[in-house]
Amino acid sequence: MAPPPEPPVHGRTPPDPMVPCVARVRRRRRDAPQVWTLDLEVDGGDGTKNFPFAPGQFNMLTVFGVGEVPISLSGDPAKPGCLVHTVRAVGAVSDALARLGPGDPVGLRGPFGAGWPMTEAAGRDVVIVAGGLGLAPLRPALYQLFAGRARYGKIVLLYGARSPDDILFRREIESWRRRLDIEIEVTVDHASSVWHGHVGVVTTLISRADFDPLHAIALVCGPEVMMRFAITALRHSGLDDQSIYLSMERNMKCAIGFCGHCQFGPVFVCRDGPVFRHDRVQSLLALKEI
Amino acid sequence: MEGLERIVKEHPFFAGLEEGFLNLVCGCAKNVRFEAGQYLFHEGEPADQFYLIRHGRIALELTAPGRGAIIFQTLTEGEIVGVSWVIPPYRWTYDARALDLLRAIAIDAACLRQKCEADHDLGYEMMKRFLPILVQRLQATRLQILDVYGAPA
Ligand SMILES: Cc1cc2nc3c(=O)[nH]c(=O)nc-3n(C[C@H](O)[C@H](O)[C@H](O)COP(=O)(O)OP(=O)(O)OC[C@H]3O[C@@H](n4cnc5c(N)ncnc54)[C@H](O)[C@@H]3O)c2cc1C
Ligand code: FES
Repeated sequence: MAPPPEPPVHGRTPPDPMVPCVARVRRRRRDAPQVWTLDLEVDGGDGTKNFPFAPGQFNMLTVFGVGEVPISLSGDPAKPGCLVHTVRAVGAVSDALARLGPGDPVGLRGPFGAGWPMTEAAGRDVVIVAGGLGLAPLRPALYQLFAGRARYGKIVLLYGARSPDDILFRREIESWRRRLDIEIEVTVDHASSVWHGHVGVVTTLISRADFDPLHAIALVCGPEVMMRFAITALRHSGLDDQSIYLSMERNMKCAIGFCGHCQFGPVFVCRDGPVFRHDRVQSLLALKEI
Repeated sequence: MEGLERIVKEHPFFAGLEEGFLNLVCGCAKNVRFEAGQYLFHEGEPADQFYLIRHGRIALELTAPGRGAIIFQTLTEGEIVGVSWVIPPYRWTYDARALDLLRAIAIDAACLRQKCEADHDLGYEMMKRFLPILVQRLQATRLQILDVYGAPA
C-alpha cells in the first residue's frame, strides 16, 4: 500500500478549530507496556512554537491516513513550546500514534475543554487520586502545584497502577518523592515478592492519607469504575461533592460542541468537560449508557 | 498487662471498645515481634491467632505454580491481619510475610471465640468490627478482579 500523502503545512492552529495544524514528533519514549509519550512541536508558522494550555485540557491528534483521537496534554504548562502527550495503544489510531517517530507529522487541533480547577485549589489541601493512565492528564496539574507550592496546603498524590511494570513516569515519581513537602503513595493491584511498596487498590490509600477534608479539594482521574470507588472513599473521608473533580472520557468527533458525539446527558464532555465537578455529573455516573 | 491494655485500646480496630469487653479481649492478647522476611503464617495452617499491627508492614501472598509468590495486598500500622479465625474451618487461605520489622498484638482466636460464644454481646461487638473490614476487602477484590487498568478487550 502506498504511504498516505504528506499533508500541507499550516503552521499553528488556524482560526478554524476544525482544521488541524501540523506538529512534528520531536521525541518518543516508552513509559509502560503499550504506553508511549510523544513530545510534539508545532511547525513554526507565525514564528513561535508556543502552544499555551491549561492542566486537564486535551488535543485532537490525527495520524494522517488513519484517523483522529482526543489525547490529553501531559506535559508542563510552563513549557508551552513542547507539547507532551502520553498515548496508550488500544486501537487503530492510538496504535498508529504510538508508533510515530522523530520527525513524523501529526495533525493537531486544540487545546480543548475545561481543565482542572487550579484557581479553586489555591489555599486548600489538594488530594490527587490517579489510576493507570489517569496520571497523564493530572501531571500538568502537579507541575503547576509544585511551581506554586506556597499557594496550596498539603499536596497528596495517591497513584494506583496494575503492577510495578505499569507505573507511569516512574523516575519522575521517585524524584517527586524526595521532596519533603508532598505526600506520595503508590500502590499496585498485584506484584511479585520482590516489590517492597504497597499492594492493594488505590482507594485503600485514601483513608490513610493526611489531609483536612473540610479544606481539601480532590482531583480524580482514571478508569470510570475506579473513579466511582475513589469518590465513595473520598466522601467517606469527609469531602463533599462540590470539592471533588473528575475527568470524564467519551468518544469525540468535533471537540467543539457541534456534533453531539460526546454528549453525556445534558452536558458535552468536549466543551463542558472533560473535567467536571462531581455534583454536576453525579447522577449520570452510575448509568451504563446515556 | 496495663501496657498491653493501653496498646489494644489505642489500636484503631478496637477504638471505643467498652472497658468490660476490653478486659475480655486482653485476656487473649500478647505482644509479638517478627523480623523482616519472617512468615506470620502459611496457607492451610490453623488460623489460631489474628494480629493487630502496631509497627511495620505485612504482605499477603498467594503462590501460583510457575509464577511464584504473588502479593495481592499489603497491610500496615493500625490495620488487622487475618479474618479466617472467625469462619470455620479456621484455616489460613494465604501466606503472610513481614516486610519490615513488625510489632503486633496477637489475639488467641480459640480463646476469643470461646468468650464470644459465652457472651453474645461481645460476639456481636466483634462482628460489627470485622464485617466492615470484610466488606471493604471484598470491594477491593472486586476492583482487582475487574482489572480496570488492563488493556481494553
Ligand atoms: C478527553 C479525552 C482525553 C483522553 N486522553 C487520553 C490520553 O491522554 N492518552 C490516551 O492514550 N488516551 C486518551 N484518551 C482515550 C483515547 O482517545 C482513546 O483511547 C482513543 O480514542 C481510541 O481510539 P483508537 O482508534 O485507537 O481505538 P478504537 O478502535 O476506537 O478502540 C479500540 C479499543 O479501545 C477501547 N477504547 C476506546 N476509547 C477508549 C478510552 N477512552 N478508554 C479506554 N478504552 C477505550 C474501545 O472500546 C476498543 O475496545 C482520551 C479520551 C478523551 C475523551
Ligand atoms: S465531540 Fe462533538 S460535541 Fe463533543
